[in-house]
Amino acid sequence: MKRFDRRTLLRGTLAGGVVTMGVPLLDCFLDDNGTALAQGAPLPLRFGAWMWGCGMNPERWTPATEGTDFELPIELRALDRELGIGGKLRDHVSILSGFDVKLDGRPNFPHTAGLMGTLTGSLPLEDYTVPAPTLDTIIASEVGGLTRFRSIEMSCTGNPNQSYSFESQGVANAPEISPGALYTRIFGPDFADPNAGPFTPDPRLMLRQSVLSLVKEDRDRLVQRVGAHDKQRLDQYFTSVRQLEQQIDVLLAGPPDLESCQKAPAPGADDLGSEVSQSMATNRVMAELLSFALACDQTRVFSMMFSDRISGLRQPGSSAQHHQLTHDEPLDAEIGYQPEATEFVYASMEAWADFIERLAAVPEGDGTLLDNCLVLGHSDVSLAKVHGITGVPMMIAGRAGGALRPGVHVAGSTSPSTRAGLTIQQVMGLTTESWGTRSMEATQPISEILI
Amino acid sequence: MPSPPSRSALLYASLLASVITGCNTTETVAVEAGPVALRRLTAEQYERSIHDVLGRHITVPGRIDPDDRRDGLLAVGASFAGVTPSGFEKYEAAAIAIAEQALDAEHRDELVQCQPASPTASDDSCAGSFLERTGRRLFRRALTQDEIVGRVIAARDAGNALNDFYGGLELALTSLLISPEFLFRVEEAEPDPTDPSRSRLTSISMASRLSFLLWNTTPDDDLLAAAENGELVDDAGLAASVERMLASPKLEDGLRAVFSDLYDFKQFDDGLVRKDATLFPAYTQPLIEEAKEQTLRTIVAHLADDRDYRQLFTTTDSFMTRRLGVVYQVPVPTASGWEPYVFPDDTGRAGLLGHISFNALHSHAGRSSATLRGKFVREVLLCQDVPTPPANIDFSIVENTAGELRTARDRLEAHVTNEACSGCHTLMDPIGLALEKYDAIGMYREEENGVQIDTSGELDGISYTDAVGLGRALSEHPDLGPCLVRSLYRYAVGRGAELGEEELLAALGQRFASSGYVVSDLLREILLSEGFRTTSGPRDAAETEGES
Repeated sequence: MKRFDRRTLLRGTLAGGVVTMGVPLLDCFLDDNGTALAQGAPLPLRFGAWMWGCGMNPERWTPATEGTDFELPIELRALDRELGIGGKLRDHVSILSGFDVKLDGRPNFPHTAGLMGTLTGSLPLEDYTVPAPTLDTIIASEVGGLTRFRSIEMSCTGNPNQSYSFESQGVANAPEISPGALYTRIFGPDFADPNAGPFTPDPRLMLRQSVLSLVKEDRDRLVQRVGAHDKQRLDQYFTSVRQLEQQIDVLLAGPPDLESCQKAPAPGADDLGSEVSQSMATNRVMAELLSFALACDQTRVFSMMFSDRISGLRQPGSSAQHHQLTHDEPLDAEIGYQPEATEFVYASMEAWADFIERLAAVPEGDGTLLDNCLVLGHSDVSLAKVHGITGVPMMIAGRAGGALRPGVHVAGSTSPSTRAGLTIQQVMGLTTESWGTRSMEATQPISEILI
Repeated sequence: MPSPPSRSALLYASLLASVITGCNTTETVAVEAGPVALRRLTAEQYERSIHDVLGRHITVPGRIDPDDRRDGLLAVGASFAGVTPSGFEKYEAAAIAIAEQALDAEHRDELVQCQPASPTASDDSCAGSFLERTGRRLFRRALTQDEIVGRVIAARDAGNALNDFYGGLELALTSLLISPEFLFRVEEAEPDPTDPSRSRLTSISMASRLSFLLWNTTPDDDLLAAAENGELVDDAGLAASVERMLASPKLEDGLRAVFSDLYDFKQFDDGLVRKDATLFPAYTQPLIEEAKEQTLRTIVAHLADDRDYRQLFTTTDSFMTRRLGVVYQVPVPTASGWEPYVFPDDTGRAGLLGHISFNALHSHAGRSSATLRGKFVREVLLCQDVPTPPANIDFSIVENTAGELRTARDRLEAHVTNEACSGCHTLMDPIGLALEKYDAIGMYREEENGVQIDTSGELDGISYTDAVGLGRALSEHPDLGPCLVRSLYRYAVGRGAELGEEELLAALGQRFASSGYVVSDLLREILLSEGFRTTSGPRDAAETEGES
């Protein structure tokens, strides 16, 4: 780590007047044990969710035996890839089958109930509603303050309005849909590049801090004038203001001291759309950008929507989308499944494999970036044709810094899918002992994948 | 249908009544209005406010934080939307970019309206007057002394540090643009002095309510002055401002926003209406944006002439471009830009339901959807509920185009013979089937899979043989007018109607009918009604749905 006297440097740059505005920030900035990672500190642990829509065919996706030496089922064949570092991708992924979303008499809102059950631990009472915060925001509220970005949401669907990252119904984190925009947000002018020579803090960052303190001064005046509903919304707003202050603190503290950190190369032109090849390409480019961002500790929480729960993936020239096909396409009696719809299951699993393979391609510490990640791959339903929410498919990739044993197939035996969320929260360092409501309340982590 | 009574006679009678008795007819209706809440600016309101206050030359960054559509309206979602960390990050970046453009060398003099003592040092007096004037427009109220002083000091410190007066001002302006007082419209209640048991919106809150409803942008100086004088809580004062606003050319922007929201046209802007390029080579993003514009132009021109709202569904008057002409298969003499256009009888098109916009929006990427089109008519145009499908259903019989069921009608009729489906599908499908000669991009066709398309059907007792007949049946449907009343009311107050407002809605519906379904008259009635001006108070905290 480069050592220099930051205090002198700042004064030289900022001519006194501005410094007086940023005193609380300066305290933080000048602290050598500040937010930049000190040498020798443990590598950061990251959590991400990767979602695909419209599930799979349970009998073709579920391994026949439990434990480690199972035969890969046909719909998981994408995990059979050989890795550059040796071994196979399947050795880095655990398969969770037979975990259910339980309705307790609530309606099975098609594609919504299953997704919300797994991600929030509760079932919605109305369609299109979010009953509780999603798993990623629960984790971000613990670890999000340590990094420049509290979390990064991404989508390959081209829809800028939809992610499944919710603090609450009205507070949805919008996804990045364009690799170009994602690149600019993370690696644009604000990015402190550790390989770009001595670090000079940008004086504009100090000005931005002072603007944020001005806004905080407006707070009390406004809070007095509104009701309880709006107080909650303003609390959310000011949480976001504080988050941005932290973000700027991190930028002022200089580049991250991580050996694997490099600025990502700029991606090529965007090609957004719902053709399956477009979504798969976007997924690959975003996975690459994300891998650089994680290696530079820009965030520790992310989510990716590969396809929406009502999957709009389609093949060029076809009049039907993935979701439509799962309902419309006749079951082929000879083979026992819907052949055209199933092509999209294969494609989704290839995309999932692309995503985690990219994380496994970045060396970090004695292993790879994926070894210090926990990525939950999941879908809204099992068999989409009937909106099945028993045995919703889930997978957990990565070793989470040594806390997880990957490469295991665990059969949930109808226990609630929230056991995955509970396990994840505990591995990520939260003190959660139970998670979810009613029959979705989980108290037992999935011990088979824990070390 | 009786011919509408003379509109001007009605209008004068109603105005006269207001002046003489100081009250509006609908005031006799008992109203228990619903709660008020902060309303987050929609993306469009944000952009229009910036252009109105800081200058039209400014490029406003797009896609800041997605709007929240609830109960079918962004206007309702705005009462619930929050600001996420990623959203705030984008608001801040946008504010910096906007402040820089607003105060660039070319435009600063016009906006600041005073000369600093030196451009390389701070000037409290010039900064203060700029912030007072601009802040009032952005916050839609006069700033408090504290709000101004804090920002003058910030502008001073930064101006001195940067040796740049305008740099300091940029910083202070940025702080206004990311303030919750700008990003959210604050609606406040106060006791009504004539009946302290009731709450009314403050005069200042009324200014924003009026302005965003009628103009979809921030109040102008005159409206703020009226608000500050207490005129907007006074019957005559309110009526005067309403008349001025209804007569303004900006009303067109307001009407466009209403119908874009109601019809969910934002999907076009977001690039979400996609079609398969192999099946529909004529379909492009510029085409669909023109299709949206065609429909909005048609609506605005129709309503600006104070024509009967219901005739929007039968009129052959529209506008055309050459690009649209390719899909409509009609010749368009004007090489570029728009021309007024009347659909000839032999095109088989009349009314909004014949437009490309609706038919493309309510279709899949590769095929039309009679069900989606029917659902739109029922839910959005007639305000009727269509239940969601049961979770465990087998659709395969209705969508297999390879088998014996060749047309959408054949396939959908399978629904009607299936008990689980028939209840809802008999509500939607006959409407959509009348539009089946418009394919997934709204292009005319006679056949599907080699079989002649049958567009006959009936809508709640009125039979028709084709899409034009459906438009006529729709225009005569008793729910059409009352549905627009309800939608406009929800749009105006930013929430669903409460039980205590049903009587008012019924009365507004009757007056809409007796005005000959003139939308500007309906707007006036809503704005002057107790429902628009009073409230039960601030909205309570929401219960956690998962726990109730």
